[in-house]
Amino acid sequence: MTNNNEKKGLVSIIAASSLGTLIEWYDFYIFGSLATIISTKFFPSTNPTAALLSTLATFAAGFVVRPFGALFFGRLGDLIGRKYTFLVTLVIMGLSTFLIGCVPAYETIGFLAPVLVLLLRLLQGLALGGEYGGAATYVAEHSPVNQRGFYTSWIQTTATLGLFISLFVIILTKSSMDDTAFNNWGWRIPFWISIIMVAISVLIRMKMQESPVFAKAKAEGKTSTNPLKESFGNKFNFKFVLLALFGATMGQGVVWYTGQFYALSFIQNTLSIDISQASKIMMWGLGLGTPFFLMFGALSDKIGRKWIMLLGMLIAIFSYRPIYSAMYDAANLKDKQENVSLQKIESTEVPDATKSGQSLKTTVTTKVFTDGTKLKETKKETTFTDVSKVVPPTDVKTTKAVEVNSNSFWLLVLLVFIQVIFVTMVYGPIAAFLVEMFPVKIRYTSMSLPYHIGNGIFGGLLPAIATFLALRATQANDAAAKAGTKLPYDKPFLEGLWYPIIIAAICFVIGALYIHGKGKRED
Amino acid sequence: MNKLRRILGILWIVIGLAGGYYLIINQAIPKFYSDKSEDLIPAIIYAFILTPIIVGGLLIFGKYALQGEYDQ
Repeated sequence: MTNNNEKKGLVSIIAASSLGTLIEWYDFYIFGSLATIISTKFFPSTNPTAALLSTLATFAAGFVVRPFGALFFGRLGDLIGRKYTFLVTLVIMGLSTFLIGCVPAYETIGFLAPVLVLLLRLLQGLALGGEYGGAATYVAEHSPVNQRGFYTSWIQTTATLGLFISLFVIILTKSSMDDTAFNNWGWRIPFWISIIMVAISVLIRMKMQESPVFAKAKAEGKTSTNPLKESFGNKFNFKFVLLALFGATMGQGVVWYTGQFYALSFIQNTLSIDISQASKIMMWGLGLGTPFFLMFGALSDKIGRKWIMLLGMLIAIFSYRPIYSAMYDAANLKDKQENVSLQKIESTEVPDATKSGQSLKTTVTTKVFTDGTKLKETKKETTFTDVSKVVPPTDVKTTKAVEVNSNSFWLLVLLVFIQVIFVTMVYGPIAAFLVEMFPVKIRYTSMSLPYHIGNGIFGGLLPAIATFLALRATQANDAAAKAGTKLPYDKPFLEGLWYPIIIAAICFVIGALYIHGKGKRED
Repeated sequence: MNKLRRILGILWIVIGLAGGYYLIINQAIPKFYSDKSEDLIPAIIYAFILTPIIVGGLLIFGKYALQGEYDQ
């Protein structure tokens, strides 16, 4: 009977902790998932790539402050307790997300708009920095030692489920209105929804009890008086913080972001697949892969955490390039034959009310290929009543939206799913692994920092660095093509993958050689 | 195995320095001198956050490895 009650109690602890963490991830991902729209609303630029990069930079800024959140809230968690600390992070996250959805666009309030968005994004990063370590520690400290991997893996599912739900909410919002309404104001809805979810989660968390291990340590006067100094000023602890970072979380961070974010960015930007279809591909891949977090978490209780995580990294290192090459081929229009009889061209011309003698001409060309793939090209240009005036090429904007056929769709789902499996291998056991590396009194602080540097900085910067590497390779090829020389890169779109491959390879060697991998901390 | 762990300490120090060189020379400096205002934030992130973590972290990690702190 007592055993049953204990199990029920544990289930409600996991559910309450995971729900809050899930909502925090949802809040954080909404911004990334809507990066393209946000860039046009808040970051003025005539170059779409620059606009995208600036958003990614903001995205990275959101991640870069995460380690500071880890330090600030980790210290609080080790001083006053886990429960109150991760309650505060949840409230900060919810309010920041809601307010991002309320900031007027650059057109309305000028430079203040990107500044406000950046500040709120930084607050989101701070809150997330404090949340994860608290939730993982809280659940681990309630779990039986021999099942920590399994129970904490529920917390690990939340990061992927948060992305899944954010994509689902975006698809739902988009499908309930036309494209113009979504681009004008509809994109704000996913941000507003957050406040309801956060309110529910705060109510649930307020009823929870403090972690028994921490409560006992506090009652016995064994908590730390200066967690930061004990974590990072003490050589014995600090060497494990470094080992956790360079031997585990750094590689885990890049594998995670490649599988979840770079995959989405690649599908949307390199393959030019329509945002709704790209979201569906990701949702299937993430949804099918999520149960494997629990599987690898439970497996780590039986065979150890170290080699599951490192094997995930190793397979990822050798398979990323073939996987992304196959993704590219699945949507490559050059290999497809167009059914010319089905081509449609629609053109509209609206006079520009602000400039006399000028109009905005929009031409939408829809092409259908023999295998069922569709391409919608939208060309926007300014035209003049005075025919002698010529439209400058920089004023012509062309966007492409590909809708792949069913076979390619499922092939892309499979390729994303494989990447999510790598994610589950490296990420499923890592909460238990980090918890067991550090003692109770400095656990929240010590495990949060390497986790958020690994994920937030090494992982968070992946989209920006990988986009830069791929862009540089494309530019080098363009220059070589103009000069009539041999192209230096066979597949320039794969060059961005060198960043996760190199980081994961270094992490694999360090982890394999230096992490002990035997024995579990009992506290 | 412990000997290998210690010797590789030198490699981690070299990787830290090489990573720092790459980030400063190829990423941060060109962005600081770029005409585009949106390059400033990434430049600051590369120069003042990512570089110190990679260089400082790997230098200390390499030093600890060399000293046999990670011997098993």
